Amino acid sequence: MNTIRYNKYRQAKEFLIRHIMLLLTLVSLTFAILIGISLYYKSVPILDHQSIWGLLSGSSWRPLKGEFGFFPFIMGTLWVTILAVIISLPLCLLAAIYLSEYAHPYIKKIVFPMIDVLAGIPPVVYGVWGILAVVPFISEKLAPHFVEFSTGYSILAGGIVLAIMIIPLMISVFIEIFDALPGGLREASLSLGATNWQTIKKVVLRKSFPGLAAAVVLAISRAFGETIAVLMVCGNVSEVPKSLFDPAYPLPALIANNYGEMMSIPLYDAALMLSALLLFVIILAFNAISRLVLIRIERNFAL
Amino acid sequence: MRHIRIKRIEEKIFKGLMIVATLAIVVSLFLIIVAIVRRGLPVMSWDMISKIPTGGFYLGKEGGLLNAIVGSLYIVVGSISLGLFFSLPIVLYINLYLPEKSRLAQFTRLSFDVLFGIPSIVYGAFGFTIMVYLGIRTSLLAGILTVTMLIIPILIRSIDEVIRRVPKEMKDAALSLGATRSEIIKPILRQVAPGIVTAILLSVGRGIGDAASVLFTAGYTDSIPTSLSQPVATLPLAIFFQLSSPIAEVQDRAYAAALILTVIVLILSIAARFYSRKFSKNKI
Repeated sequence: MNTIRYNKYRQAKEFLIRHIMLLLTLVSLTFAILIGISLYYKSVPILDHQSIWGLLSGSSWRPLKGEFGFFPFIMGTLWVTILAVIISLPLCLLAAIYLSEYAHPYIKKIVFPMIDVLAGIPPVVYGVWGILAVVPFISEKLAPHFVEFSTGYSILAGGIVLAIMIIPLMISVFIEIFDALPGGLREASLSLGATNWQTIKKVVLRKSFPGLAAAVVLAISRAFGETIAVLMVCGNVSEVPKSLFDPAYPLPALIANNYGEMMSIPLYDAALMLSALLLFVIILAFNAISRLVLIRIERNFAL
Repeated sequence: MRHIRIKRIEEKIFKGLMIVATLAIVVSLFLIIVAIVRRGLPVMSWDMISKIPTGGFYLGKEGGLLNAIVGSLYIVVGSISLGLFFSLPIVLYINLYLPEKSRLAQFTRLSFDVLFGIPSIVYGAFGFTIMVYLGIRTSLLAGILTVTMLIIPILIRSIDEVIRRVPKEMKDAALSLGATRSEIIKPILRQVAPGIVTAILLSVGRGIGDAASVLFTAGYTDSIPTSLSQPVATLPLAIFFQLSSPIAEVQDRAYAAALILTVIVLILSIAARFYSRKFSKNKI
């Protein structure tokens, strides 16, 4: 009799735990939608005021006059992000090929923890490094060769700092993709007399191209949303930049920098929330697409 | 004969380039650490880690960073506990209750992969809208909630990875002996405990160093908060705010804070590696 009662208790407990956990899981899935809705709701006032295209293409940013043009900020973000990817992509690709195809396990054992450390360094510390090392280097050594004057707080500084920040993400996804390639493909190519490099060029890179592209998109969206580090080194002038030595004002920096004053000016907070919404939607889409590509690759290669 | 030579040369050139690229990455890590240490070490003192600033953080020449150190600690401890409270049930559910190829499990994994990529400034802005909606001011509570949102995807992704590696036979054996699914939670957690510690260390590192999420939500103060509703200082914001001060002593405090934060993150990273190695040794 007692056992039956005990088993009933166990079943009730099981039922309860199972449903609480299911509920939590389902609620967690609505989280992204919740973020989107609440940011949209907060940015409705400015969308009522002006059309979305007008806002995105307007280049005058005068909150006090009620002019909110996002174009300089979007261009700032694009310049910095593209520069960061241009710098880090070749580095990451070469290093990832070396680490997965050539390097002795001993070297991997030394380099992998270092990449982990690089991934763990907080954005604000990258920003401090940018101010201590990159900005003075640009204003004193590099800029005088190209332009008359630059403070060093520029797109170039932002691009360099961001490039190093996205290296760990890019390189670790690259290595995962190379490791997922079936070894038979390489052996077939090598047995036909191809050198290691020819095999990499004609087999490994070609076969893993979709994955590499997905990894780059992932890195782009990481660079796109990085806030504090670029805020510290980019100079924050709300004009469309014309050269690498010009200051820029990326979108995330705009949100972070103006939070203090946004409550006192009408529509200002709506404008900032709209930029957060823009970041959210773009990065969500980029991430979802590249993760789906990566999942498909993993499934196709795993036998 | 000639194209064999060309192909050998090409091989050598690219191998050289690869080694240079790998070295460049390693060197950049050292450059960062050296720059932070060289600027931060001369201004470090016992006062920095044992005293709170006196006379306002923009003006104060005396005092240290104790407010930011303790504040960061409060935020991290709070958000890790809260984060585990939400993420453990989710990870256990998709691994224990759902079949291996379940659509729901795959969708959950995908959605946390995507949430992992959302920048912290967006979480900060979202946290801020929630605060306005609920009528909360910048406070320790709001900071904890926002950082929790930021680290839940990290916790879930990394705990999921270790629980997935638990042999299926272990689960099957327990179930065939008549255990209910909720009764095998405990042994499974014990099996993956070192993996969970690694996940926690990773999220502590991310949570303690993130500035954009606490910028809107936690505020900043010179004192150590005594309740959840008071604003709280954090190390990343201590760096960010004090660096923009024109007073040299205040800037020094920012560089000291950067050194403290870097050392904390280095220790966490080494500890995480130590624990994950321990885990792979005990793997069945």
